[in-house]
Amino acid sequence: MNRREFIRIVGGATAFLAFPEVLLAGTKLTLGKASSRTAVIWLQGQSCSGDSVSLLNAGDPDIATLLTNHISLHFHQTLSTATGDTAINVLLKTLDEGKKDYILVVEGSIPQKSEAFCTIGEVEGKPRGVHEWVTLLAKNAKAVVAVGTCATYGCIPGARLRSGGENPTGAASVWSVLPNAKQINIPGCPAHPDWIIGSLVHLIMGKRLKLDAYGRPLLYYKSTVHDKCEHLQEYRHDRFADSWGDKGCLYRLGCLGIDSNCDIPVRKWLGVNSCTGCGGGCIGCTEPVFPDTGVRGLFPMKKA
Amino acid sequence: MSKIIIDPISRIEGHLSIELDVDAGVVKSARVRGDMFRGFEQILIGRNPFDAVQIAQRICGVCPISHGIESSRCVENACGATPNKNGRLLRNLALASNYLQSHILHFYHLAALDFVDITAILAYSGNDEKLNYLKAWAKSEFAGKKAGVDAMTACAPFLPRYTGEGFYIKDAEFNIAAIAHYVQGLGIRMKAHRMVALFAGRVPHAIGLVAGGMAKTPDKATVERAGTILSEISNFVNTAYTPDVVALAKTLPAYAEIGKFGDFLAYGEFPDGPEPGDLYFPRGIVSAGKRQAFDPSKITEQVLHSRYSSPSNLHPSQGQTEPQPDKQGAYTWIKAPRYGGKPMEVGPLARIMVGYSAGNPDIKKEVDTFTAAAGLTLAQLQSAIGRHAARAIESKLLCRKIAGWLEQVDVGQKPRTECAIPETGEGVGLGEAARGALGHWISVKNGKIDRYQCIVPTTWNASPCDDSGIPGPMEQALAGVPVSDEKNPMEAARIVRTFDPCLACAIHCVKAGRELARFRVC
Repeated sequence: MNRREFIRIVGGATAFLAFPEVLLAGTKLTLGKASSRTAVIWLQGQSCSGDSVSLLNAGDPDIATLLTNHISLHFHQTLSTATGDTAINVLLKTLDEGKKDYILVVEGSIPQKSEAFCTIGEVEGKPRGVHEWVTLLAKNAKAVVAVGTCATYGCIPGARLRSGGENPTGAASVWSVLPNAKQINIPGCPAHPDWIIGSLVHLIMGKRLKLDAYGRPLLYYKSTVHDKCEHLQEYRHDRFADSWGDKGCLYRLGCLGIDSNCDIPVRKWLGVNSCTGCGGGCIGCTEPVFPDTGVRGLFPMKKA
Repeated sequence: MSKIIIDPISRIEGHLSIELDVDAGVVKSARVRGDMFRGFEQILIGRNPFDAVQIAQRICGVCPISHGIESSRCVENACGATPNKNGRLLRNLALASNYLQSHILHFYHLAALDFVDITAILAYSGNDEKLNYLKAWAKSEFAGKKAGVDAMTACAPFLPRYTGEGFYIKDAEFNIAAIAHYVQGLGIRMKAHRMVALFAGRVPHAIGLVAGGMAKTPDKATVERAGTILSEISNFVNTAYTPDVVALAKTLPAYAEIGKFGDFLAYGEFPDGPEPGDLYFPRGIVSAGKRQAFDPSKITEQVLHSRYSSPSNLHPSQGQTEPQPDKQGAYTWIKAPRYGGKPMEVGPLARIMVGYSAGNPDIKKEVDTFTAAAGLTLAQLQSAIGRHAARAIESKLLCRKIAGWLEQVDVGQKPRTECAIPETGEGVGLGEAARGALGHWISVKNGKIDRYQCIVPTTWNASPCDDSGIPGPMEQALAGVPVSDEKNPMEAARIVRTFDPCLACAIHCVKAGRELARFRVC
């Protein structure tokens, strides 16, 4: 990968936002040697697979290019052909051989109350919990990346119960298992594919990824949704929507764009739409407090 | 008799494993195990009912649109509101587009690797730039990865795989076409998601789905753009997907004789007119070949073999769920829903069979066309290959319906009906996810969610043995399946994948408690 290609990828469709000096046309793909592809082991804990589906929606590079030219995806429950022991043996052999050349990606939260709440495969006749897999595989990984808000902060599986009482599974972020690890967080429910791929490419290239206080790459999470919002002018002119489907800034409908950091209004989902642009509003899914924003939850109104 | 465990089953959504008792190379009995639990409904209690649409979508990243729509429907039902014409059409567009995404993903990217020989690319001699790139990639992988885990992961994630005689199709032309369509399909399924995002803002987990309809007034540019994307998807469905499934049916005739179940349930989907009964895919039951009307009061959930300490055989609206990870005799987190005491298959094949028996002319025509082309009888369609066929048939039907719905959208008109959350109320939303019948139930107290509950497609299909010892549909479909090599139980894994299981959906904590009769079926 050359510098131009790197810049194109980490900037994604909106390279010019991160690097105003470069407005690049697509560079021709050159196939590297097998050794140039970094091994990635992608574990799913208590997840909905939404971040994996989001990854499939990658635009540039697309998923086929990512899988063939940038990474070597050794384990992924949704994408690997390998099933059962054929798949688990890859993980066991990675541990046995003391491999150190892989990136561990975790999607989904980790249950603290019982290993039985989430298991992947059997080892010596006993189901092995995701908690144990993460502990073992993180030890030698050259980086651990939490993708999606479940893995980064606990999200809905780890939500506070309004009815009182403990969370049923004690779901928590991947860092609850790895308290001493350096946190690289790609939150979002789901995370945008550009954020996932751009961050991975930084790690693969050995480039420094500047992070904010919540472990998020500043490249993607520096500004608030509000700062880049399609409705910013309407907000400034006090034009507010009071019901979904009305014109105007969505603040009164509970939009959390003022308090939430990401670049979706300009980056767009699948290049065509955004949470604010579609009239629903930001629900703050990139924030550690999601979905327990204060006492109110996601939407404050009783009529809309 | 020997015991085989396949854990994890990959290329599905979530954490699923199966345990097989095999005798003389044939599966005698099977236990399907769901290996992950979160507790969604408890998390919903005490929140604003408007929040439910967003939170419930997070049950599943593959079928969020269906969860969002059923959640909206149950909230609307509690509010006494019905979506207006635009709300109904825009939802249909988002949901149908997600069906296309889901079906194409399932066939090419999840299931096809069970029969397509991916290594055929090494012998490719044509001029296609992408295929030559893949060939060079595969060669560089084998050349550069020689020993240990490196050798094992050459060409990952496509290899390693089960190895055995006759597992993969030998016809080079078929394999190369399938590989080309695998790659093309990645782009097509992404575009189907782009169509969802045009209407619903984001996918997975659409922000634009709200109680009452959709959040944004449709404009001309959006409708036109969707039309352009649709024509590309439609072309793929007609020239690649459908012929590939026909070719598969012809190449693997044994696939039409195994993986059978036979009793089908569909709640119906795609409201195609203002009346509640105007559903494009009809609602109903087909049991032992006979059509029956659907009666929601006949559903119960049994837990003898599920890891819950709560009482069994309750109606879902009165269901309780207390997790007990170490329960004796339990082997799964999935409950066993039963209809009139019987397990039911749900999903595309169920929709097609219910639609066919109801005499739906579109469904009948496409099913007859498919069976004629593939040389199958209607009975043979109720099989492993039939599940693939049903998805392709639905995709074809939905491409045509989407075009019609796009024309009917009233550009510039309101996308929804306003909703006011009542102090107390109850509601139900019944419809169809890509994977089958999906129901959401809500009860509201003091303007907040008091109880919330879902019964989802994979709970039906991957259900365990019930209290009377009757195995679930997937377990029954596995019985009788040959296993030629116990170390490479390919045939069994194939059967499981034909159901397109979605485990994140199947396992959730049910905490509910009102009679269903009090819910108005919307």
